[in-house]
Amino acid sequence: MEKKYGVYICKGCGIEKAIDIEKLSKNAAKGAKVPEEIVKNHAVLCSPEGLELIKSDIKEGTNTIVIAACSPRVKYEEFDFPGTITERVNIRELVAWSQQPNTEEAQMTAADYLRIGIIKVQKGTLPEPNVLEDLSKTILVVGGGISGLSASLEAANAGYQVVLVEKEAELGGWAAKLYKEVPRQYPYEKLDDPIIFSKIKEVESNLNIKVFKSAVVEKTEGQPGLLDVTIRNNGTSETIRVGSVIMASGWKPYDAAKLGYLGYGKPNVITSVQMEEMAKKGKIIRPSDGKEAKKVAFIQCAGSRDQNHLPYCSSFCCATSLKQAKYVREKNSDAIAMIFYKDIRTPGQSEIFYKNMQNDPGVLLTKADVTGISDAGNSSLFVEAENALLGEKIKVEADLVVLAIGVVPSTRAPQEYLDGLTEAQKKGDVAKNAYLETTPKPEFILNLDYRQGPEIPSLEGAYGFADSNFICFQYETRRTGIYAAGCVRQPMNISEAQLDAAGTAMKAIQCVEHVAKGIAVHPRAWDITFPDPLLIKCTACKRCTEECPFGAIDEDEKGIPFYKINRCRRCGTCMGACPERIVSFKDYSVDMIGSMLKSVEVPDEGLRIIALACENDAYPALDSAAINRKQLHPSVRFIPVRCLGSTNLVWVADAFSRGIDGLILLGCKYGENYQCHFVKGSELANYRFSKVQETLDKLQLESERCQLIQIAISDYDKLPDMINDFVNRIEEIGPNPFKGL
Amino acid sequence: MAENKKVLIIGGGMSGLTAAIEAAEAGNNAVIVEKTPFLGGRVAQLNKYFPKLCPPNCGLEINFKRMKNNADVTFYTLAEVEKISGEEGNYDVTIKVKPRYVNDKCVGCNACSEACPVEMPNEFNFGLDKTKAAYIAHNQAFPFTYVIDDRHCKGASCAKCVDACKYDAIKLDMKPETVNLNVGAIVLATGWDLYDTSRLDILGAGKIQNVVTNMQMERIASPNGPTAGKILRPSDGKEVKNIAFVQCAGSRDENHLPYCSFICCMASLKQATYLREQYPDSKAQIFYIDIRTPGRYEQFYWKVKDDPNVTLTKGKVAKITEDPSTKDVTVEAEDIIAGKKIKAKFDMVVLAAGMVPSTKNSKISDDISYTPDGFVVPSSLKKGIYAVGTLKSPVDVAKSVQDATGVAIKSIQSARRSK
Repeated sequence: MEKKYGVYICKGCGIEKAIDIEKLSKNAAKGAKVPEEIVKNHAVLCSPEGLELIKSDIKEGTNTIVIAACSPRVKYEEFDFPGTITERVNIRELVAWSQQPNTEEAQMTAADYLRIGIIKVQKGTLPEPNVLEDLSKTILVVGGGISGLSASLEAANAGYQVVLVEKEAELGGWAAKLYKEVPRQYPYEKLDDPIIFSKIKEVESNLNIKVFKSAVVEKTEGQPGLLDVTIRNNGTSETIRVGSVIMASGWKPYDAAKLGYLGYGKPNVITSVQMEEMAKKGKIIRPSDGKEAKKVAFIQCAGSRDQNHLPYCSSFCCATSLKQAKYVREKNSDAIAMIFYKDIRTPGQSEIFYKNMQNDPGVLLTKADVTGISDAGNSSLFVEAENALLGEKIKVEADLVVLAIGVVPSTRAPQEYLDGLTEAQKKGDVAKNAYLETTPKPEFILNLDYRQGPEIPSLEGAYGFADSNFICFQYETRRTGIYAAGCVRQPMNISEAQLDAAGTAMKAIQCVEHVAKGIAVHPRAWDITFPDPLLIKCTACKRCTEECPFGAIDEDEKGIPFYKINRCRRCGTCMGACPERIVSFKDYSVDMIGSMLKSVEVPDEGLRIIALACENDAYPALDSAAINRKQLHPSVRFIPVRCLGSTNLVWVADAFSRGIDGLILLGCKYGENYQCHFVKGSELANYRFSKVQETLDKLQLESERCQLIQIAISDYDKLPDMINDFVNRIEEIGPNPFKGL
Repeated sequence: MAENKKVLIIGGGMSGLTAAIEAAEAGNNAVIVEKTPFLGGRVAQLNKYFPKLCPPNCGLEINFKRMKNNADVTFYTLAEVEKISGEEGNYDVTIKVKPRYVNDKCVGCNACSEACPVEMPNEFNFGLDKTKAAYIAHNQAFPFTYVIDDRHCKGASCAKCVDACKYDAIKLDMKPETVNLNVGAIVLATGWDLYDTSRLDILGAGKIQNVVTNMQMERIASPNGPTAGKILRPSDGKEVKNIAFVQCAGSRDENHLPYCSFICCMASLKQATYLREQYPDSKAQIFYIDIRTPGRYEQFYWKVKDDPNVTLTKGKVAKITEDPSTKDVTVEAEDIIAGKKIKAKFDMVVLAAGMVPSTKNSKISDDISYTPDGFVVPSSLKKGIYAVGTLKSPVDVAKSVQDATGVAIKSIQSARRSK
């Protein structure tokens, strides 16, 4: 595309009052080397008349457009010109609303921003999507319990082919072992028959679903749309191509053998899982003598909510014990059920079921911490507890004790194994080999061919649960195209698992549709650009492959990187990592941002500071500060970046060699509870900065001139002062000694 | 695009936004109908999420960006569905759109609001402060277009805003409009309201100035709230150093809401951290029946419990009274573990008020069954109509998002079935 430029300056919203538009137009033409006649202005550019000015130029062939007006976050529909390269230059929020009007500074700020914008479109080209061939839209579901079955049906009923892999000989998982389910609907009085068997039938009769039983996933290679999955089934392996994966591998009950203090091991102490089996068989009996149990004690939080066992709540055990209390009562009206709990947790409408059960005089609920189970003779037991109401210690006789056993995600064992391996690796090869030799390898679930590890990783402090890090985005995954459903993700009951399964099915089909169009998946779910390295200059340093948070880059035997582009989330971390500066997007590159910041005019007197701002959080925070008419320091120029992870160190050199006095990176919180949607963009930027600081010191440039500030979108009220503090420190240090050289 | 690939989403809160965007990103066409002038719902009113303590506006910003970049999501604000007829794949929907009195020419400059002489209670801040009749809810509102509240605006006789607007954006004679749509599926995502705590006589809500609701507390702690995020009490603007939280304010009570509202335990624990972070010498006491922090939320509970300045007391609050001279609040409760009565004075009391489904007070359609508490009975919904999130049972944002994402695929299935 041969570029024909148009530059349009809006005078509205106080812009005209803050700056001299004529001067800005002339300056733009001069500084950015565009002909003066293409720089136009309008009183209200977003008005129909203003837009007409642009549209008529587009008709005449203008295809590369710079609009100096408000923030790109507003008026996005008005200033949308498909087929063009359009850049929005924010001189309303970042100048007119946040600078002293009619000052030399405001004028210079606007001129810098406009020049930056023009250079950006000069350096950019119109993107085209990268669509790979032979893509599959089949969805792989691993696990045939309630979550896996539901996910399979949801995807199949939306028109997608599904491959379902179940480890056991039969479908159904834990849900098939239940006698009854907790009531699903108001008035929550009657226990429901298990829903799982109708789901199994539906799956087995659905022509879109291919079921593998007694099968495991040996290997998952490739990228979304092109995932080659090797399934081992009855001693033979076959490889199937799928588009995306739902991991619904479920949970295991906590190892009751570790709960000796709750009497496990004694014949009349069973787990809630065993209770279901018993109820399904018929009577509730004492295993020791087969007599009907008359006094059944339920011990809540058996393993759960316990620092020494499971430091989380397993969510459904309270309702399960209430349900099992109903088994006891319905099967033998003479029998009583006693539930010992820390807190009864029946959130939402399940509270009504709890109320109903409380109304049964044969169900006794006692708040207490159970300290032990002792023998009461004749195979009966005493439940011993403290901290009951009024602080009492109690001792109650029971002839059957049921431990409401906690949930352990199937990902826990692989996670622990991998964590151990990481630790061993840190100690060197000897330790690593010793670990590999001595540690039994647990069952892996997906066996992904993935640099960052073969499974969906657990978050820090998530005890193996393959959960999302984001409340707003429950299916934001660290393995592109691979989504976790059900209890492997969070402890949840059957109804919740069904909803969760539908959610993952949605993301799985969305992923294959996006890949088919060459569009990124969440969060940049509109982006058709992609990183395109100039490999001829690659030195095989492997930094991009190591730093890519999504395993999108591998290297060949010579160490030259190649992209599994459908794993890529378009954050630009590879672009930031590359010391040769060869990774570029069509609309975003090292050269582009470098040229933009080099175009900032450095005044003879006074400071000039560049701030690179994360476009999702820091940049909107700047806008919001401006909307509140907070002053932003006039020495600072803000340049949005996709993610701080895309910050290339050469920009530091670019800036300082030009005489820029300071550089701030504004990005998301990192570490535990990180907020970066590209996992560790700001953390990586900070790491790279720490390296560059040594170089700065060598150049006798104070390393304090570079700083990363972690901010959230809600920090807009504090942000101007944070920036002022930084500027003040630079003022104390003094101007960049390279200035004017 | 075939009309049956269109899905209507009633409600533009987190659930509605999620359902719409997820469906659209898989190639369907989503239309959101939102009753208020802005999208984002309750989430936009929150200061931080539990348990991460991250700002909800971050996720909203991403969702709005996804919408801006996706022509398959459109929305109507100030709009309500009046009538639904038809069947899966072919629902006719009548939407009433109330006038905003401000058109798309609005640039968000605030001149109308400055000129407006009328002050009214700020609903976004639950009446904790005032706003002008020409206003925008907050500085990250979406759409970033002002609105004029015709319940308070003096109309053409005043018209100061019209004169102040340089962009010809204000039209005080705007009329309601009716929009008819044909859609394949409908998602009900109208969310929840806070229980009317003034019905809880003994807890003093609405009578005692320094007794606020949990949602008011979110606004008080929010940087875009009435006190710019400083936790100050309503009566005199004094810093709150000693706070009490009363759990189950309405919830788990046969005389009020028989169900548990799910979010309130985590919300109060979270709000205790707001105070503790802002004032290192502050104290918080939480009165509860059971602490309900399911799943990994338990870890958050432990963290807050470990703070020596946070006290958790199992027991129901019997009475809340006000000291008329100091406006301090006295809470009388029973500590049922220690087996004693407590009477303690606080600067401010937060009622962890319960969640009421919006369908309790405004039914969406007559042929849907509701529980006596107003929740939708999912099995009563016609094919192609789906209820999401808090309309079915109280849930938090995470669970709403899960449900809403799942509902998106249901709407796609509806489209496919009716091909």
